[in-house]
Amino acid sequence: MSTVDLNFPSLIDVPKTDEPLKAKDFKSDQEVRWCPGCGDYAILAAVQGFLPSLGVRRENIVFVSGIGCSSRFPYYMNTYGMHSIHGRAPAIATGLSVTRPDLSVWVVTGDGDALSIGGNHLIHALRRNVNLKILLFNNRIYGLTKGQYSPTSELGKVTKSTPVGSLDYPFDPVSLALGAEATFVARTIDSDRKHLTEVLKAAAAHEGSALVEIYQNCNIFNDGAFEQLKDRQTAADNLIRLEHTQPIRFGSESQFGVIRRQDGIISVVDCADVNESDLLVHDAHAVDPGVAFALSRLADQVSLAHTPIGVFRDVHRPSYDRLAREQLAQAQSHGGSGDDELQSLLEGKDSWVVTD
Amino acid sequence: MAKTTEVRDDVIVRFAGDSGDGMQLTGDRFTTATASLGNDLSTLPDFPAEIRAPAGTLPGVSAFQIHFADHHVRTPGDSPDILVAMNPAALKSNLGDVKPGGQVIINTDEFTKRALAKVGYDSNPIEDDSLESYQVHAVPLTSLTVEALSDFDLSKKDAERAKNMFALGLLSWLYSRPTDQTRAFLEEKFARRPEILHANLAAFEAGWSFGETTEDFAVQYEVKPAKVPVGRYRNITGNLALAYGLVAATVRSGLPMFLGTYPITPASDILHELSKHKRFGITTFQAEDEIAGVGAALGASYGGAIGVTSTSGPGIALKSETIGLAVALELPLVVLDVQRGGPSTGLPTKTEQADLLQAMYGRNGEAPLPIVAPQSPGDCFDAAMEAVRIATAFRTPVILLSDGYLANGAEPWRVPDASALPDLGVDFATEPNALDKDGDPVFHPFKRDEATLARPWAVPGTPGLEHRIGGLEKADGTGAISYDPANHDHMVRMRAAKVDRVADTIGDLEVDDPSGEADVLVVGWGSTFGPIASACVLVRQSGGKVAHAHLRHLNPFPKNTGEVLKRYRHVIVPEMNMGQLSLLLRSKYLVDAQGYNQVRGLPFTSRELEGVINSALVEVNA
Ligand code: SF4
Repeated sequence: MSTVDLNFPSLIDVPKTDEPLKAKDFKSDQEVRWCPGCGDYAILAAVQGFLPSLGVRRENIVFVSGIGCSSRFPYYMNTYGMHSIHGRAPAIATGLSVTRPDLSVWVVTGDGDALSIGGNHLIHALRRNVNLKILLFNNRIYGLTKGQYSPTSELGKVTKSTPVGSLDYPFDPVSLALGAEATFVARTIDSDRKHLTEVLKAAAAHEGSALVEIYQNCNIFNDGAFEQLKDRQTAADNLIRLEHTQPIRFGSESQFGVIRRQDGIISVVDCADVNESDLLVHDAHAVDPGVAFALSRLADQVSLAHTPIGVFRDVHRPSYDRLAREQLAQAQSHGGSGDDELQSLLEGKDSWVVTD
Repeated sequence: MAKTTEVRDDVIVRFAGDSGDGMQLTGDRFTTATASLGNDLSTLPDFPAEIRAPAGTLPGVSAFQIHFADHHVRTPGDSPDILVAMNPAALKSNLGDVKPGGQVIINTDEFTKRALAKVGYDSNPIEDDSLESYQVHAVPLTSLTVEALSDFDLSKKDAERAKNMFALGLLSWLYSRPTDQTRAFLEEKFARRPEILHANLAAFEAGWSFGETTEDFAVQYEVKPAKVPVGRYRNITGNLALAYGLVAATVRSGLPMFLGTYPITPASDILHELSKHKRFGITTFQAEDEIAGVGAALGASYGGAIGVTSTSGPGIALKSETIGLAVALELPLVVLDVQRGGPSTGLPTKTEQADLLQAMYGRNGEAPLPIVAPQSPGDCFDAAMEAVRIATAFRTPVILLSDGYLANGAEPWRVPDASALPDLGVDFATEPNALDKDGDPVFHPFKRDEATLARPWAVPGTPGLEHRIGGLEKADGTGAISYDPANHDHMVRMRAAKVDRVADTIGDLEVDDPSGEADVLVVGWGSTFGPIASACVLVRQSGGKVAHAHLRHLNPFPKNTGEVLKRYRHVIVPEMNMGQLSLLLRSKYLVDAQGYNQVRGLPFTSRELEGVINSALVEVNA
């Protein structure tokens, strides 16, 4: 993979490496302790494999996580890292990112961590557009606490805590992020290394918050949750790969397509029934998030039929970090910030002198 | 008419009116004028939690008390010499505090049948004999103001609103206050609204002339400047001093500062103030909630900034888990708790000091951290710098316990020489600090400094020191995850020992005992300093012998604390809580410290504490 300076807007202030790095440079000395067969391994390998392509210094990369199986991730990365507390990683990473433009800050979280206990921090980080790359490992289950349903589990899910079926309707993380004013929203799958890598790269390039939902198999507590999208027989007819500027088609023979009906509703059609020009052309740069949102609603939450993956939305809005630093720079352009300025601040306008 | 002038050494004024009457502004302006005259002073704003409580009701009363003198003043005073009551509700809720024989200025315009009935007056107190024991000045403040502004193109309502300036003018005359600052203030505030500016100035002057000409006020008072150490002074509130202490810590450490916070009474002014000082490298972040505020602050600390969060008691409850994480990560974090009445939402605008045990123990697991408390509004400046010093030097969260009384109360403050303030510079780790088993240099993030037991502060971006930290227990030295029983026991003890080492860097507990023969010691912390010190002065004036010690550091305590406590036959601990410091002192030092406790949302009065001390003296001497 290339290590040329890609000049990603989000990495403009991050120092570049003098020597190209390799995947193994990102492996820490810690023994990886996920269950054998867990989807997390594939994601770890993909991240370690892709990071050298950014061409930035290893010491300027930070992974911040919350609590859950996925949140062990930072321990396995030979970068700076913090394994924090449940749900709070976006908040902690915000303080770090805003004060340190020279860092590439990544948040690793899960469906419970990001959407249940940490839902508030996630949506606010997204709306502010803090320069964070948020990897949300969605396995639709609580793994670390051994198998309770999560906020993305399908309705009626039978788990240890819901022996006769769960009662709460799930979130779709992509819909949620779009509703939260996110400027970059994508979905990918643990087992598709190539797609995962492409999405990670697009996220890394994006200035501001990038939310990447990664479907991740928990082979212990929710095995096969995404099998429909992985199995060769079924994947082609279920998975919709979104590509910017391309008409949306899918199916083993590309026989299906997505159109926008006259009433505005987005639906799946048989291509034989429509003209090629009627197919919806995917525009990740569309300012209005409406179509991206509609695409995020196509999937059936139980069967996963018609699940789009790829970059739903990638639009430009100045990051919170940049705006905050501009305000600082503006204030600092008016003069010094040393003892003299401190002295005049402390004295204020209404001081008086007492003499003997 | 000829007026006499009387010199007083000490005066307490209370302005009281409806929330919409502008009493806080009036008090504030009177304070500025008084400060510039060189009187020592102390103030107590007391206002409702509601932004606009129903007009004319008892809960809607907003009051401002100022105590000023030609000598050292430590409290806002127990009983006003003069009360300005803008309406019946203000009179009813404040009259009881006025000194017998004291003066009461009543705005008669508001004493209508309806307004009187609203607060349960059966008859008009101005007309019946209920004010017999006071010198009453019945002044139609509202109509005099409207009359004075008759030449202005103002609605009646707008004209009436200037009545607080009339009252200010009257009081300014009565106590011979300078008027320049008030004029300058109005000119700045209403620079863009000349009509309102001139109306306010006219009302202010009308109030002054009213005092000068009416026979009702035969005596004008003077209070000479106080003898205070030479230097430059300004008036300052506790919240402003806290904010300035943080700015000073930024300048004197050379580190950027990051305030992550969420609005909460009575701490929000710290955010408002710091947001103005970006030029010093201070970023303020109004987070989505209390937890995000402290989380972002901790993230900033991880990156090498001074992470600060500000809140009140309910916010501390929400931040507890993150503060515990900071204990485990051993990163600097400054947590400002401006305490208010609790539990739960409690009394948002009233003072209390009932978060001490929450600060001490309010986290899961063994999670000790240093605690400091300022003793007066101006002292908030030094306490803030001290909190930053401890946090950065020992890589630990520090809780600073201010309170509502300190936050909003004001006093003259001697402006320090900025270049003589403590140097708070820190050294970040830059090099590996250990060898691995092959003899190669490696970085051990939890290898401690021998003197402080602090771990290295190694910030992201430092080549060769890449490491991972987290809330899981860490192996001593290497910082690798460890579930080893002996290691956990060791780490728990090390974190506690580190906090105890802070005691090596603070002074001894000093005792104020002029006679050197006292048997009774009063121990306080935080904002009770003023009332305790004043009470001790009163006791000594009547021949009693009493000692006073005040704790700036609540964890760890100064090293000689136990020895000091054991020197006295009787120890009293007055607190605005149910006995939290006394509990700590009793359990740690096995002394019979007696609590004196009160949680009324108001500071102690000096007379009340004088009584407590005198009873103790009687008991000891019996
Ligand atoms: S419980 Fe599931 S998610 Fe967690 S490590 Fe095991 S397989 Fe992975």
